[in-house]
Amino acid sequence: MSAIRILLATIHRDLLIHCRRPADILNPLMFFLMVVALFPLGIGAAPAVLTEIAAGVIWVAVLLSTLLSIDVMFRGDFDDGSIEQIVLGRHPLILVIFGKSIAQWLVSGLPMTIMSPVFGLMFHLNAGGILALVIALLLATPVMILLGSIGAALTLGLKNGGVLTAIVILPLYIPLLILGTSLVDNAIAGLEYTGQLLWLGALLAISTGFAPLAAVAGLKIAVKC
Amino acid sequence: METGGRELPEVKTAARWFHKLGSPKFFFEISGRLLPWLWALTAILLATGVVWALGFVPEDYQQGHSVRIMYIHVPAAILAQSGYVMMAAAGLVYLIWRIKLADMALQCAAPVGATLTFLALVTGSIWGKPTWGTWWEWDARLTSTLVLLFLYTGVMALRSAMEGRGAAAGRAAALLAVVGVINLPIIRYSVDWWHTLHQPSSFSLISKPAMPMEMWLPLLVMVPGFYLFFCSTWINRIRTEILHREYRTDWVRELIRSNDV
Repeated sequence: MSAIRILLATIHRDLLIHCRRPADILNPLMFFLMVVALFPLGIGAAPAVLTEIAAGVIWVAVLLSTLLSIDVMFRGDFDDGSIEQIVLGRHPLILVIFGKSIAQWLVSGLPMTIMSPVFGLMFHLNAGGILALVIALLLATPVMILLGSIGAALTLGLKNGGVLTAIVILPLYIPLLILGTSLVDNAIAGLEYTGQLLWLGALLAISTGFAPLAAVAGLKIAVKC
Repeated sequence: METGGRELPEVKTAARWFHKLGSPKFFFEISGRLLPWLWALTAILLATGVVWALGFVPEDYQQGHSVRIMYIHVPAAILAQSGYVMMAAAGLVYLIWRIKLADMALQCAAPVGATLTFLALVTGSIWGKPTWGTWWEWDARLTSTLVLLFLYTGVMALRSAMEGRGAAAGRAAALLAVVGVINLPIIRYSVDWWHTLHQPSSFSLISKPAMPMEMWLPLLVMVPGFYLFFCSTWINRIRTEILHREYRTDWVRELIRSNDV
């Protein structure tokens, strides 16, 4: 099988599995909605305050929801033993992990990016801010999935894997959080944000190259191969 | 061909030495002889540095006596970062060559490094109170030290969660440490860029010191003192770990029987 076909077959398989168990995918999205909605309730709904905190709140909520959903990336395959077949199989593991990451992004990163303009409106962002939010999330959510896959692979098969993934991976998300929120804040204020955009793009390029390698190593450790 | 023939034995000796040092028994014997000297040197440097810094360094014209916190804060902060890099180096060695000793080194470096990171944070906070007027300032380097503490915590948490899964625990922790050290510069730059009101770095060997000589020299004593303290504590912990892991082997039993630990 050629590389593209392995990739496509993996994406197809994972999407199919996700569609048959929609709760695993929908719950993190509901969580995202709830976390964002809690902040105006806690802080107060003054538009000026909401605009100021919007970028940070939405980004933190995206990070946490990504971590919640990343757990399903390998969990199902690990529980029914198919992950061992995948690791032992003759197809390059890195392609499979890459395909899994893309599938994961399609069901978690992309929906959150699509949902974000609605939150932008709820937090009274201007049009420029909403556009910047969408662009920034489009670049940053794949990085979150890629970095998260390392944590998901490392904590595979552990009892309290969820919390552990968060502790292990959240520090690595800090550059994304800083760049993303400052990008959106700049856009709201009508300032230039090309620098942050380029940085996010650079992070995406780096993590596309290296994160799957680490995830492969992590997965091999987890299944003791 | 000929040059290759001449180089080969040298490589072999280096490899053998590397291999030998990787054996817990050899390391235990060598470090046992080295450790008293290391501790003695650590004690001399730290005692000299502390007495010098606390008793004889002149007051700062702006910060007064509070500047003396620097002599703990700066070496602790330096060691917090170096410690992480050393830990990750041990992790890399373990991932590539599967040397058991490197795994022990990683496991033993983490708590020492985390403690020094915590010390750097606490002293930074105490120093911040008289200088900036608050216990905690979200300044770039204080924040990235906090992130460093999170990274240490991650490695230790992963390791302890995987306890009982044999070699997998060590390899997972090693991989995480290596991933962390790759991310460290990115995190540092982004945090720097995010916000900075910290004074520029106080200690550098290359550039001309930004403080008068009489204040800088004790720091020059304290930094190696902290390095030695880190190494001595590290080696001490590794020795304990060796005894703990190898207690079934003949040489450890022999050692315990002769009560020479």
